[in-house]
Amino acid sequence: MNKAHLSEHISTQFNEEIESIRERVLAMGGLVEEQLANAVTALVDNKGDLGEEVAKSDYRVNAAEVSIDEECNLILARRQPAATDLRLIVAIIKTITDLERIGDEAKKIAKMAVKLAEQDRPATGYREVQHLGEAVSRILNGALDAFARMDAKAAVEVVQSDMEVDREYEAVMRQCITFMMEDPRTIKRVMDLVWAVRAMERVGDHAANLAEYVIYLVEGKDVRHIKAEELSQTLAD
Amino acid sequence: MSEVDFDVLERDVSRNDISKEEIAMQVRNFRLFYGDKEALKGIDMDIPKNKVTAFIGPSGCGKSTLLRCFNRMNDLVDSVSIKGEMTLYGEDIYRKGLDVVDLRRRVGMVFQKPNPFPKSIYENVAYGLRIQGMNNRRKLDEIVERSLKRAALWDEVKDRLDDNAFGLSGGQQQRLVIARAVAVEPEVLLLDEPCSALDPISTLKIEELIHELREDFTIVIVTHNMQQAARVSDYTAFMYLGDLIEFDDTDTLFTKPGKKQTEDYITGRFG
Repeated sequence: MNKAHLSEHISTQFNEEIESIRERVLAMGGLVEEQLANAVTALVDNKGDLGEEVAKSDYRVNAAEVSIDEECNLILARRQPAATDLRLIVAIIKTITDLERIGDEAKKIAKMAVKLAEQDRPATGYREVQHLGEAVSRILNGALDAFARMDAKAAVEVVQSDMEVDREYEAVMRQCITFMMEDPRTIKRVMDLVWAVRAMERVGDHAANLAEYVIYLVEGKDVRHIKAEELSQTLAD
Repeated sequence: MSEVDFDVLERDVSRNDISKEEIAMQVRNFRLFYGDKEALKGIDMDIPKNKVTAFIGPSGCGKSTLLRCFNRMNDLVDSVSIKGEMTLYGEDIYRKGLDVVDLRRRVGMVFQKPNPFPKSIYENVAYGLRIQGMNNRRKLDEIVERSLKRAALWDEVKDRLDDNAFGLSGGQQQRLVIARAVAVEPEVLLLDEPCSALDPISTLKIEELIHELREDFTIVIVTHNMQQAARVSDYTAFMYLGDLIEFDDTDTLFTKPGKKQTEDYITGRFG
């Protein structure tokens, strides 16, 4: 199945509705990507203002979720989609829920950025956090790209790369614990940082969910709760 | 707080599986010709017992032709010739010497347009029984009542059984015809677009009825309405230009069809 398949309905109006809703999901994804990138920048580059702005803009993500949800409801009611069309609508309804949650996590990171901007900064800056932030941004981007191209193979790679993010998260957490043990005066600051790091790790999980919905959409197989290592095998069956 | 029943989470939601069904009718390499024209091109299919099997496909795909083969209605068309095999519980229904009238009692049929006889409601239902030679009034009363109840029509007509059947609405007439068909206790019930002449509410009543009749009969339905096939059937066959393209359990066929032709048809795409 490819993307062109979506616009082959006899009803041109249905083609337009499908195209419109896909376009809006991708726009919502772009907005969430921007929110996440800005939140990480605000934290790493010590930009409290940018953090404030991200927190304030979260309503746009929420509004997009509500409105796309409504559009999906209307398509279900009026078109009774089947097969690929049905899977697309179901995948979108789930996708926007996870995107909205990623928006919430970005907001958490942004709020921590605002708090951390008011405190002393460590000599290292927050480089290790920057690295993690970039990694989760990459997999979010990969998941959205897989959705746009309806590419199940790319989606499998996204799910698998979330395991690396988890490993990176563990490493950053160990580092944070070390900081706190070495110098208890850092505890307040490092605890705030831990919340932000935790939020980033959650973004990775949500992005992996998005990729799983792409696999469902393209292959018709529900691959949730299957170990990432076993994913390729499950799809081959 | 009342106790929560977690067992419902374990409830079996698995799909129908043809390999686990008892098979009522079997079709093997079945071909039908109208003169030189091949209308059915080697169909292989199993019709599961006590299930609803729907045939879908564009006009001229052969679905009604195939349906009419199940009780040899095509015998009535001069230019028709057939090859291949069709069985009812293992018995070849095209063998020489088969009693076709008896076959049609065992495999009943309901058509697109309700076709009650110009008789009373009661006599419509009793008709098949009288032909079989049954004249015991008490027995007839009992079967007429049971059949009308099975067809979900009893409550609407019980006070006017002697009225002419033509006084009923289209939806009621169709249920009357179904009552007439089930009165003779067929094993298989063939429905050829039973709702296409009915309004949406009458359609829903027939669909509900089909769901209930499944308990006692094997049902095969031809429909142009894909949502109807999705709603009422356990298995769906998609036919195109005389070929059986895909046959699967309805849940799978409507969510993840195996063939692109099926997908294009059920989602309204250009083939």
